[in-house]
Amino acid sequence: MDSENSACGNPNPNPTLGPSKLMLAFRFLRALSLVHRTTPASSRTCRGRRIERAAYASMAYSAGTGRGWSRAVLRRLHHRARRRAVAPRRLSTTAGNRAEALRQLVPGGAGMDYCTLLEETADYIKCLSMQVELMQGIVDSSSSYGP
Amino acid sequence: MSSRGSSSRITDEEINELVSKLQSLLPESRRRNIGRASASKLLKETCSYIKSLHRDVDDLSDRLSALMATMDANSPQADIIRSLLRS
Repeated sequence: MDSENSACGNPNPNPTLGPSKLMLAFRFLRALSLVHRTTPASSRTCRGRRIERAAYASMAYSAGTGRGWSRAVLRRLHHRARRRAVAPRRLSTTAGNRAEALRQLVPGGAGMDYCTLLEETADYIKCLSMQVELMQGIVDSSSSYGP
Repeated sequence: MSSRGSSSRITDEEINELVSKLQSLLPESRRRNIGRASASKLLKETCSYIKSLHRDVDDLSDRLSALMATMDANSPQADIIRSLLRS
């Protein structure tokens, strides 16, 4: 993965198309029903954590592998059990390591040059807020039908 | 931000553009609160926003988990979900 070259000059191949909301919804609902089928009814916390992982997974799959943050999320999810330490990439000295706090919040942020980090942050925020909207929508529509 | 002169591949202008793009992604209330912010203030607000989004995912996952416990296969909400997955 070569983020050094994907600096500001390289345009996003799909500038207007982002992840489709419908695909995101489809993936997430499918993952939810899988969690529902496979998690024992008693373990609410365990189910909550699985739902959270499903949220990040469907976010990342919808964004595709063209994004540093989505690759980092998928790596993290797949290596969850093994907890492999990833050596931090060497940062370009001209970029320095500005925005330390931001790097820790955006998946894969530690190894990115400043420019890429800003681009990735924008995309990450868009996808994250879409995911939150989706989950809120499901909660709202489920709650409005009483038992 | 330090200026690096014309030899730099990445111009300050490009960075400013990216930073102001981040500002446009903040929700209305946060944008109002910071007004015309410096880049570093904007980055701080962005960090705060991302953290609150992470908390939202955490919280909503819990609520979905609770809802799932009460969901049965023949409820109206199950029908909604089934029809969403079909279309």
